Amino acid sequence: MANKPRTLYEKIWDAHVVETRDDGTSLIYIDRHLVHEVTSPQAFDALRISGRKVRRPELTLAVPDHNLPTTARRDAKGARVPIADPQSAAQLEALERNAPDFGIRYIGDADDEQGIVHVVGPEQGFSLPGTTIVCGDSHTASHGGLGALAFGIGTSEVEHVLATQTLLLQQSKSMEVRVEGDLPPGVTAKDLILHIIGVIGAAGGTGHVIEYRGQVFEDMSVEQRLTVCNMSIEAGARAGLIAPDETVFRYLKGRPMAPKGADWDDAVAYWKTLHSDVGAVFAKSVVINAADIAPTVSWGTSPEDVVPISGSVPAPESFPDESKQAAAKKSLDYMGLTPGTPVAEIPIENIFIGSCTNSRIEDLRAASKVLEGRSKADNVRWAIVVPGSGLVKRQAEEEGLDKIFTDAGFEWREPGCSACLGMNPDKVPAGERCASTSNRNFVGRQGPGARTHLVSPAMAAAAAVKGRLTDVREL
Amino acid sequence: MKPLSTVSGKAIPFGAKNIDTDIIIAAEWLKTITREGLGKGAFQSIRASDPDNVFDDPAYAGSPILIAGDNFGCGSSREHAAWAIGDMGIRVVIAPSYSDIFSGNAVKNGILPVVLPQSAIDRLMEVAREGDPIHVDLEAQTVTTEFQDRFAFEIDSFRKHCLLNGLDEVALTMERDQAIGAYETRRTTDQSWIMRGTAA
Ligand code: SF4
Repeated sequence: MANKPRTLYEKIWDAHVVETRDDGTSLIYIDRHLVHEVTSPQAFDALRISGRKVRRPELTLAVPDHNLPTTARRDAKGARVPIADPQSAAQLEALERNAPDFGIRYIGDADDEQGIVHVVGPEQGFSLPGTTIVCGDSHTASHGGLGALAFGIGTSEVEHVLATQTLLLQQSKSMEVRVEGDLPPGVTAKDLILHIIGVIGAAGGTGHVIEYRGQVFEDMSVEQRLTVCNMSIEAGARAGLIAPDETVFRYLKGRPMAPKGADWDDAVAYWKTLHSDVGAVFAKSVVINAADIAPTVSWGTSPEDVVPISGSVPAPESFPDESKQAAAKKSLDYMGLTPGTPVAEIPIENIFIGSCTNSRIEDLRAASKVLEGRSKADNVRWAIVVPGSGLVKRQAEEEGLDKIFTDAGFEWREPGCSACLGMNPDKVPAGERCASTSNRNFVGRQGPGARTHLVSPAMAAAAAVKGRLTDVREL
Repeated sequence: MKPLSTVSGKAIPFGAKNIDTDIIIAAEWLKTITREGLGKGAFQSIRASDPDNVFDDPAYAGSPILIAGDNFGCGSSREHAAWAIGDMGIRVVIAPSYSDIFSGNAVKNGILPVVLPQSAIDRLMEVAREGDPIHVDLEAQTVTTEFQDRFAFEIDSFRKHCLLNGLDEVALTMERDQAIGAYETRRTTDQSWIMRGTAA
């Protein structure tokens, strides 16, 4: 094994095998576990019922994000503003009780460090290269941007990790998505990943872990890499990752939970070995030409339903396979779109800038740059910006970005998942469209009947200014 | 967890492809802090938009088997999807493929995800539509009908063992405490920084 060239995924996998069973499954050690209020209550309950403890409390970090309202959480006197929805309130209370009961570090709903789990993990230096990271949320793949093997799990697995710090897994296959050349000006990491999903399809990565390779990714900031890896699950992959490099080390150095002193040097020495070896074999390989990519938007109800902003809504008949034709017909019906309509003519009533895909400081900078000195179009009814964490929020305020957003007619909110998933009060009304920087355009995702168009932060800002989907490069 | 060896009965002829977990159970149902009662919310958007949907058709009421299409359970990792299907009384899903997360969650909740090729699914859809029973035998790894159809399926031997015996995975893994402890000791010696976590 030592001499055989391995992929990055295989190296991380091998380093975490506790034991392998005769049937080929392996018990894999989990280094980092992120817990939020929605997928954890039943897991903690199950532990309590069976009298089990959390094996390694220091390897778990709890923070509420999914259904916290994004309006003020404390009143002028510092008292909690009650959450109107009783179930959301019950879930938050459950997490506030469970974390200390089981000895887990908890970041509270009004703490500066609070935010979306996948923003908080990297920001705190809790997520590290070469580690295995899990969370009861499928966008855990985000942390792959640091070179971690990170994936979403279900609530039974949350319980399993809490009790044993391991998971029983079947090894996935390695898949390479190689991007050649440079992205044209005005084309972002979000456009790239939407384009990639369009090419490989929503099931194109099933059974695989994707490694994104090519100069484009090496040139990206950590935040952009997190955006790319975040959406790996939308291509059906278990996880996505990018080999860690100096950019990642610089990003992590000095973060509160990152290694310090001699530990830091040890860690970096190890991280430098984390790349696919020359001659490593990928079970599947896809090559994408960066120069072909334009700002990209989704038109349908699967993340593979994407077109460049210069394109038109496709006709169902244009798809080769019958079931895709039927699906496209349904999507267009749900989305209220007619084939042949140029996507740049689609009017937009709602704008959501946020979610673990695009709520970090660089995302807010990109959107505010487009909005500076402009305001939202009259037909845009609702526009909100939801920073990924309290720290992102504070940084943005120090840079005056909040002012640019509010001057442009946006609401400036408290951190959380917000309109990414229609579980909290931030919902898009039925039949209305939303240009959204989130990751899923499924039926009902942003609220029953809501019509989502996935876009980058700059493109969401451009849509706000024009009141329709627009090529940001023309503004 | 309830053991599962054979399941016989009517099947719901659903068959749709790429059914994501948002369709199986919409986000508004995720707010529960217990696992029961989610069956009421299962496939809500389909039930609301199509009065002739198979889930509300009395002909298929109480069916323990669901026939589905390619890529069933794609989308989010919410285990609520498996709980909702279990709460509907379904013990077996038969489809050409599943998302990895969904099939894992199904097994953990005592639901058998059978994989069969599309041609077999097409045939079973016919049988189910007629209201004729389907028999699933996990021990023998077969799906049969009253009409001499016989489809063999593959299943990971560990998953099979857990389903047959109704085994809880946490208990099984806790028996491996020594191996896990040895791994941790090795880690703490060689790469202590990884083991510090929130205490760094
Ligand atoms: S922002 Fe959306 S995708 Fe990200 S963790 Fe929250 S709900 Fe999940």
